Amino acid sequence: MNGEYALDLIEKGKRIDGRDFLEFRKIEIEKNLIKNAEGSARVKFGETEVIASVKFDVDEPFPDTPEEGVLIVNAEFTPLASPDFEPGPPTEDAIELARVVDRGIRASKCIKMEELCIKPGEKVWYVFVDIHVINDKGNLLDASALASLVALLDAKLPKFDGEKIIRGEFERNLPVEFKPINVSVCKVKDNFLVDPTLEEEEIVDAKLSVCVRDDGKICALQKQGEKELSFEDVEKIIEIALMKSEEIRKMVS
Amino acid sequence: MSKSEVKLLVDGKRLDGRLPEELRNIEMKVDVVSRADGSAMVKFGNTIAIAAVYGPRPLYPKHLQEARTGVLRCRYNMAPFSVVERKNPGPDRRSIEISKVIRLALEPAIFLEEFPKAAIDVFVEIIQADGSTRVTGINAASLALATAGVPMKDLVVACSAGKIENTLILDLTGLEDNNSESDMAFAMMPSKKKITLLQMDGLLNREEIKKLMDMCEKACGKIYEMQKKAIREKFLVKS
Repeated sequence: MNGEYALDLIEKGKRIDGRDFLEFRKIEIEKNLIKNAEGSARVKFGETEVIASVKFDVDEPFPDTPEEGVLIVNAEFTPLASPDFEPGPPTEDAIELARVVDRGIRASKCIKMEELCIKPGEKVWYVFVDIHVINDKGNLLDASALASLVALLDAKLPKFDGEKIIRGEFERNLPVEFKPINVSVCKVKDNFLVDPTLEEEEIVDAKLSVCVRDDGKICALQKQGEKELSFEDVEKIIEIALMKSEEIRKMVS
Repeated sequence: MSKSEVKLLVDGKRLDGRLPEELRNIEMKVDVVSRADGSAMVKFGNTIAIAAVYGPRPLYPKHLQEARTGVLRCRYNMAPFSVVERKNPGPDRRSIEISKVIRLALEPAIFLEEFPKAAIDVFVEIIQADGSTRVTGINAASLALATAGVPMKDLVVACSAGKIENTLILDLTGLEDNNSESDMAFAMMPSKKKITLLQMDGLLNREEIKKLMDMCEKACGKIYEMQKKAIREKFLVKS
């Protein structure tokens, strides 16, 4: 219902909360809030709220990358965050979100994985990024990607005595080299907008999520939504994402 | 990432002898599963996908029905024997995501609103995998939908592209995919030049993305002709 109202407004060049098409809601970032995690962040885009945490473990590396750490990204759309989320195994949308965030971090070479090797072929650090949705008011993907990045920047590697991890004592910061920023640009009729609200998400024709690295390289793309995009749309969206990602990156120290 | 030591380009040619912008040998056949309403097999080199369509058919349980439109459901699945190291049967996170993007790639082409309360089920099975499985699956699924007589705006045509050793290439093999600097999955409806699937990961600048999309568009034009030929071969009445 509110979707139709949002669509009416967009056709008149306005948005349901009064923002410009290419304006984010107020973005709030808070770090280091979970004591039991080695890195954590809470990110809000307006009322949308996501917590991401980093936990470490030591285990065997994958056989094809014996001298590199392992990254595992997981997302939970907890039933407390929306009447549309239900308890149970992760939904298709949660899995897709986690995999898109994972690809952005991985492809941008954000974490120096080669510095996470303890003993080649035997022991490496596992980096677990767990995304917990607290309130879904739209644009979970961008909020989750940002929360994950901030949590990684906040993360400290615990001490490891060769046998076990000594929790609560730290060795060094997690080596993070790049900051991938995800910007999802939505197409509604012939309009492009960023940071959709829940109402706007109902009426989005197509969406392209673009992950941009510090040097302007694009590290991941994911088209979403039920309708198609033209070649010109894709170019336009990438241009918007390149511009808007800079704005978010400035907020991340 | 520590890349393996394989050299993927020798004298400008790929390990299977292809040029960067060359597709593998492609085979297509429709109507390969007689129980299904529509079906197709598509081979891109060693990658083999079979797709079957059931429906439009009544959708149960009833609460899944949509009053004003039909529901498209897709399942992408890899056979345990399709890969070198046996894959555990059943859906994993990767195949769940791919099922979703295949559905979104096909949906814009189908007149779903003509089938309220009904479901169209698309099942894609990868029986042999050598890279580019999702796009091979989409090509098969699109043919299966067409042969099932599902009204469509256009066929959906898909191909993969990527970057290896600083060279942009089309139609990645499994080995190329595992060692690529970037890879892209792409699908479009050729007649109106509309993109329905776009996924990429790696490191590319804007120009490279544009170039890859242009390469995919050109390749899709060729694959489109093969799809139409495969349908004609089955249904054309020879006088």
